[in-house]
Amino acid sequence: MIDLISTIIMGFLLGGLYALIALGLSLVFGVMRLINVAHGDIVVLGSYLGYAAMTILGMDPILSLFFGIPLMFALGLGIQKFFLNRAFKVSMEAPLIIAFGLSIILQNIYQIIWSPMSRGLTTSYALKSFNIGEIYFPLVYILDFSIALVVMIFLREFLRRSYMGRAINAASQDRKAAQLMGINTDRVFAFTFAIAMALAGVAGICFGLTFPFVPTSGMSFLIIAFGVIVLGGLGSILGTFIGGIVFGLTQTLGSYFFGVNAQLLVAYLMVLVVLSIRPQGIFGRQG
Amino acid sequence: MSEELLKLEKLAVFHGSFQALWDVSLVVRSREIVALIGANTSGKSTLLDTISGFLHPSKGTIEFQGKDISGMDPFKIVDIGITQVPEGRRIFPDLNVLENLILGSYNRRARGEREKNLERVYTLFPLLKSRKNQQARTLSGGEQQMMVIGRGLMSSPKLMLLDEMSLGLAPVVLGELYKALREIRERGITILFVEQNVRQSLQEAERAYVMESGRVVLGGDVAELREEEKIRKAYFGV
Ligand SMILES: Nc1ncnc2c1ncn2[C@@H]1O[C@H](COP(=O)(O)OP(=O)(O)OP(=O)(O)O)[C@@H](O)[C@H]1O
Ligand SMILES: [Mg+2]
Repeated sequence: MIDLISTIIMGFLLGGLYALIALGLSLVFGVMRLINVAHGDIVVLGSYLGYAAMTILGMDPILSLFFGIPLMFALGLGIQKFFLNRAFKVSMEAPLIIAFGLSIILQNIYQIIWSPMSRGLTTSYALKSFNIGEIYFPLVYILDFSIALVVMIFLREFLRRSYMGRAINAASQDRKAAQLMGINTDRVFAFTFAIAMALAGVAGICFGLTFPFVPTSGMSFLIIAFGVIVLGGLGSILGTFIGGIVFGLTQTLGSYFFGVNAQLLVAYLMVLVVLSIRPQGIFGRQG
Repeated sequence: MSEELLKLEKLAVFHGSFQALWDVSLVVRSREIVALIGANTSGKSTLLDTISGFLHPSKGTIEFQGKDISGMDPFKIVDIGITQVPEGRRIFPDLNVLENLILGSYNRRARGEREKNLERVYTLFPLLKSRKNQQARTLSGGEQQMMVIGRGLMSSPKLMLLDEMSLGLAPVVLGELYKALREIRERGITILFVEQNVRQSLQEAERAYVMESGRVVLGGDVAELREEEKIRKAYFGV
């Protein structure tokens, strides 16, 4: 019984991390209709930047975000401005191909700099555990969940209240109408991609604190993010959050009942079931 | 004769390799209401989108207040005072009425005038004030059209382009909208509207241009145009 309860709590907490991994992918698709296949590799970039800060500068991975977030943001602005915005003017497929290219380049850079060996952001607090009564779970899970929650609330308020946030929202509903409002949609796209990269950076740190990663980890992040988005439905932060939790719960419960090897299989069966009952996702809008 | 606000000269515009506008010239003067009339696919929306900067002419010039604006991006065009109320209305369906209106004042010039413009829009369409918290997608067609005209006014425009606002609306509602257009003009805003209905357009405008297969084939005061042989033949069948 205790085991089952702790499995559920772990799944729930893990869901926050999954939602955080999916957030950037969902935002970019919602606004630009681009499936950013490099999203997972960008999350890994966050992990490796944290690793570099830790090993070279001796900095705590979470504190390194003070530099990591602006850096990822700036990289995002550059990639959108110099590659993607130009590609969008050529065709709908061109940005997708660029994203594929980016994915391959990033993976190779990681191999060259950090070797194919598995790395982790091992900190003293990452190993501590936490208990409620007899139930123990790793402190880092609670940390991940709290960070995810704060990031999502922050993003939601930003999109609602700031000028840029409203412009992003408008452009995601109707690009031409947004332009008619005097919104510079090239700029909106650049900011959206930059925000998505910053979000991926945070996700990368959280993942790295919790699990080991390798240069090719991006692919599994991308697959998890797809699952989360399909479950939660596109276009809402709350939906992504719920999607993450459902995905996390399904995975840990799948592992509990059917063994570790079956956990992702169960999670994806869940995705299929939800898709067949509610194709727009649990929280997605109809039509 | 008052100042020329908008002047198009010998425009050629392409959609990809398809030429949609041929040698189009027209003038809109300050504080006029001008109609642009034409059948389906004659190029009316293409012309408005060219003025709004979505398409750039491969030949010819577009002057607004004496300045060439033919290479400008759409958001810049709004900044200098041209707003378009597009065909199909293009509301932001997930936002409420007030949020839709506020987005209209996004450009830098209009931000400071938001409260003033909002009051004006509410005076013009009191219904929008009572519906300000309603989700835009749940408004009726006529109400949506009022909202997007209001949204256009929020940008502090000098020139308002309207594309087929009559689409799918009852005559009573349409009468109200045309009355609103006259009030908008009284505030000093110039209007160029696109319609298919010749009879009504000639009633509501002071001058009109007629388009046919991508060309302007006629233009002048509405009184003269009513007499015009070609219009009668084409549209009244006499
Ligand atoms: N994006 C596009 N790509 C290719 N051709 C286009 C495009 N948009 C319009 N056209 C063509 O340009 C011509 C003019 O179209 P336009 O929409 O300007 O006509 P319109 O007068 O506004 O018609 P309607 O009254 O039906 O709105 C048409 O032949 C149309 O097929
Ligand atoms: Mg049209």
